[in-house]
Amino acid sequence: MTSQSLNAVLLRDRIQLLAQQAGVQHWDLGAACSDDCSVQVDRGEAKQLKASQRSSITVRVWNSDGLVGITSTTDLSDGGLQQALDGARQASQYGNPDDVPQFSPLATAPLPELNRPLKSRQGILPLLARLRDAEADLLGRHPAIQTVPYNGMAESLSTSLYLNSDGAVRTMERTQASLYLYARAEEHGRKPRSSGAVRLALGSDELDIPGCIKEAAERTVSHLGYQPIETGIYRVCFTPEAFLSLLGAFSSMFSARAVLDGVSLSNRDSIGDSLAVPYLSLYDDGLHPGHLSAAPFDGEGTPTQKLCLIEAGKLRNFLHSEATARSFGVQPTGHAGLGAKVSVGPDWFVVQTSEGISSGSALNHTTCTDPFVLIEDLSALHAGVKATQGSFSLPFDGWLVKGGERISVEAATVAGDIRSLMNSIVHLEQDLEITTRGVAPHVWVDGLSITGEA
Amino acid sequence: MTDTFSQAWSDSLQALLQRGSSAGADLVEIFLERTDHIGLLAEQNRITSVNPTFAKGAGIRVFLDGRDGFVSTNDLSQEGLTRSLDQALAMLGLEASALSTANGFEGLSPLRDYGHDKETWLATCPSMADASSRLLQGTAQLERLGQHLQVRRGSYARDWQEVLVAASDGTFARDIRLHQSTGLSVLAADGDHRSSVGRRYGSSDRPDDLHTWDVEASAAEVCQSAGKMLRADYVEAGQMPVVLANRFGGVIFHEACGHLLETTQIERGTTPFSDKVGQSIAHSAVTAIDEGISSGAFGSLAMDDEGMEPQRTVLIKDGILQCFISDRAGELRTGHQRTGSGRRQSHSFAAASRMRNTYIDAGPHTPEQLISSVDNGLYCKAMGGGSVGPTGQFNFSVEEGYLIKDGQLGRPVKGATLIGDAKEVMPRISMCANDLDLAAGFCGSVSGSVFVTVGQPHIKVDTITVGGR
Repeated sequence: MTSQSLNAVLLRDRIQLLAQQAGVQHWDLGAACSDDCSVQVDRGEAKQLKASQRSSITVRVWNSDGLVGITSTTDLSDGGLQQALDGARQASQYGNPDDVPQFSPLATAPLPELNRPLKSRQGILPLLARLRDAEADLLGRHPAIQTVPYNGMAESLSTSLYLNSDGAVRTMERTQASLYLYARAEEHGRKPRSSGAVRLALGSDELDIPGCIKEAAERTVSHLGYQPIETGIYRVCFTPEAFLSLLGAFSSMFSARAVLDGVSLSNRDSIGDSLAVPYLSLYDDGLHPGHLSAAPFDGEGTPTQKLCLIEAGKLRNFLHSEATARSFGVQPTGHAGLGAKVSVGPDWFVVQTSEGISSGSALNHTTCTDPFVLIEDLSALHAGVKATQGSFSLPFDGWLVKGGERISVEAATVAGDIRSLMNSIVHLEQDLEITTRGVAPHVWVDGLSITGEA
Repeated sequence: MTDTFSQAWSDSLQALLQRGSSAGADLVEIFLERTDHIGLLAEQNRITSVNPTFAKGAGIRVFLDGRDGFVSTNDLSQEGLTRSLDQALAMLGLEASALSTANGFEGLSPLRDYGHDKETWLATCPSMADASSRLLQGTAQLERLGQHLQVRRGSYARDWQEVLVAASDGTFARDIRLHQSTGLSVLAADGDHRSSVGRRYGSSDRPDDLHTWDVEASAAEVCQSAGKMLRADYVEAGQMPVVLANRFGGVIFHEACGHLLETTQIERGTTPFSDKVGQSIAHSAVTAIDEGISSGAFGSLAMDDEGMEPQRTVLIKDGILQCFISDRAGELRTGHQRTGSGRRQSHSFAAASRMRNTYIDAGPHTPEQLISSVDNGLYCKAMGGGSVGPTGQFNFSVEEGYLIKDGQLGRPVKGATLIGDAKEVMPRISMCANDLDLAAGFCGSVSGSVFVTVGQPHIKVDTITVGGR
C-alpha cells in the first residue's frame, strides 16, 4: 500500500464490514503510510541509500462490557485487518474498567487550517548529489574537519488518518525533508571534537543547505580550542535548542495522564501554582508556522490547538486526551496518541517572555562580559533525567565565556532540579529562535552545578 | 506465497536474486520478517494496557563497488518485492531490464532451517491471562514488600519473530526467535523525598521463562533499592575511583568501548581503535568478549540477520585488542572478518555490526577486595542507560550509588553521571572480581534497537569524572 492508496473512505467501509461480521459495534482506528528515501555519504562516496514504503494501522474496539482492546498491524489486507480486529477483541477482555477511553467529543469538530503545501520530491539521486556537494563544502571549511561521520538527506511523503464508527473521518497528507551534518574535527595531539546542524523543510528543494553547512562548520570549529572546566556553581545561558530539550524531558509536568498515574511533578490541584519566574510563559502550539511537522489532529481525532501551559510563571493548563479531559472536567486538548492506555505528550513548545513582565535584566549571550557557561547541547537525556524526581545530571557541549571570549568546555556535566531551575531563571533574551523542537529565546539561569575535569 | 517462511519461497527468491545479479549487482540480500508482539502493563493492581502488534515486511539490499542501496517494504507479494528490488538497483545506477551476465549467482544453497524445532514456541508462550496474572503478582509483591510506594508497575513484552534470509552468495537460512522481558518499577515518595527504581529481566528462546520468573526476589530487589535511595543525598561531583557492580555495570564497557569496536565505527572514522589491533587499549586486567551463543541470553542468536551463525569473539585479551565486531558490509569495507554480528531491529533497517552478549571476563579478586582498595570513592550498585558520541565521549547514569570511605561502603547517594573518554578509561579498569554476571538490555544504534546482554564482574576504575551537584 502506498500513500496514494490509503483511502479513508474505502478503509472505513472495509473495517465497517469486517467489524459487523465480527459483532463489533464500536471501533476507531488510526492508520499511517509513508514513502521515504534517504542518503548518506562518506568522503564523496555514496555510503547508504535507503528507501521504504511503510503502512500500519491501529484498531481499537469496545466489547459488549464496554471495555477497550487494541491491536496494531502492518498488514492492511483483509486478512490482516481481520487479525487486528480479532486481536483487539481478545485484548479487550483485559481492558481496564477504571479507565475506559471514549471517542473524543471533538473528533468531528472543524479542523484548523494548516498552510503546509505538499512539495514534489526530487528522488534519491538528486538528494545524493546535493549531499555530496554539502559534505565537500563542509570538509573544505577548515583543515581540522576531516570527516562528516553523521550525515543524511531525506525526503518523505506520509498520510495519516483517524476514523471511528460514529462517522469521524480525519485525513492528512504531508511532505517533509531533512538534512543533518555532524562533522568531526581533530588537531594534532588534541582530542577529536564534533558538532553539527540540522535543517527541516517541507521539500528538499527548500532545505537551507548553505545555512546548515555554515552552522555545522562554525559549531565544530568553535569546539577545537577546548579546555577542562573547574567544578563549581555557574551562571548558565541555555541556547534555545538546549533549553527546549531539557523542558521536553520534563514534559510530564504538563501531562494530565502523568498526573493521574502519579508520575508527574504536578498533581490534580497544581493549576494556578507557581512553576517558574513570572517573566516566563510557555505555550504548546502545534499550529505554529515554524512547526513543519504540524498535524491538524491528534491520535483521537481531536483538533490541534495552541494551549497556554505556563502564564506569567503559573501553571495554567494540562495537556489532555479524551479520557484525562473527562476526568478533569475539561475538553481534550489535541495531545493524545491512540492506545488502550492513551499517551499524552507535548507537540511544539513556545517559550517566551510574559507580556508586560520584565526580568529587569539586559543579559545577552553575544555581549555579556561577565563569566558564564553557554550550553549549546545536552546529551543522554534518556539516562540523565529523572522526570519523576525532577532531577537531572547531563553531559553537555558548550563554552565557558569570559570577557566575551568563548572557550569550549571539555567533558563536563550540568546537574540540578527542574523546579529550582525554572525559578532560578534570571532572564529570557528578546529574540526567539525557531528550532527543530520548538521556539525559545536564550535562557539565563543562575546557580547550576557543573562538573568538569580541571 | 505461503504465510510462513519455508523452502516454498525458494523459487520466488531465486528469481529476485537472479534479477538483481543479472543487473550487475555484486551482491543482493533479501531479509523477510514476520513478527508477533504483545506488551502488557500492570499498574497498582490493574492491567492497564495490552498491546498486540503484528508486522511483516522485507528489506532488500544491493551492493555494488562497496556501496549499497536498501529498500524496505510491507508488501511481500512478488510484485512488491520486485518493485523494491528494482528501486534498490536504480539507486546504484543499475537496471533490471538491462540483462547482462548472471554475475556469479549460482542459486540458493539448501535451506538452513534453525527454526524447524521452534514452531511451537509461540503457542507455548504465556497466554494473556497467564502474563496478566504474573504481572499482578509482581505489583502485589511490590505492595507487600515496599514502603512509601506511590506507583507500582509491572511490564511484560513478548517478541516472536520469524526471519528468512536469502542472498546471491547462496545464503538461504530461516530462524524463529523469541525474546521475553519482564520489568518491575516503583516510584517511592515521602514528603519531598522521591526515588524511582526499575529492573528489567530478559531471556531469549525460553517460552516458559515467565513461569520460572522469581517474582518475589525481583520485587524485593526493587523495593530494597527504592527504600535505600528514597532519602539519599545528591552525590558530590568530582574525580574519584569507582567500583561498578556486576551485571548491568557492564554498560560501562558497552558504551565506553563496545560500540567503538563495531566496524560501523571504523567506516565512519569515529573509533580511536581502528588501527590498534594487536596493541594495548585497556589495562592488562581486562579481557572482553562479545558472543551470541550463551543459552537463553537476551543477545543470543542461532543466526544473525545476514544468515551467519554467531561466534564467541574475544575482543580484548589481557588488555590487547584482538578484533572487531563485523557484519557483511563491515567485512566488505574494512576487511575485518564477519563475526555473525549483522543485526537489525526489523526489516526497515539494513543490518549493521552490533553487539550481542558483551562482557568483561571475570578476574581473580573478590568484590570486597575491590571496595577495600578505595579510600574515597563511589560504589555504583545499579546503572541506568548511557550513550557514546562520535568522538568516543561516553556517559551513563548511576541508579543506585554508595559512597566508599576508607574501604567501607557508606551512605547512599543519587544523581551521579559518569562521563569519560574511551581511550582514557579503559586503561584505568585495574581490578576485576570473580563474580561475572549478565543483564538484559536494549541497544539503540544505526540499525535500530536490538536485544543485547551487558555484563561484567565487579570492576574498579581508578579514576573517572562523576557528575553531580
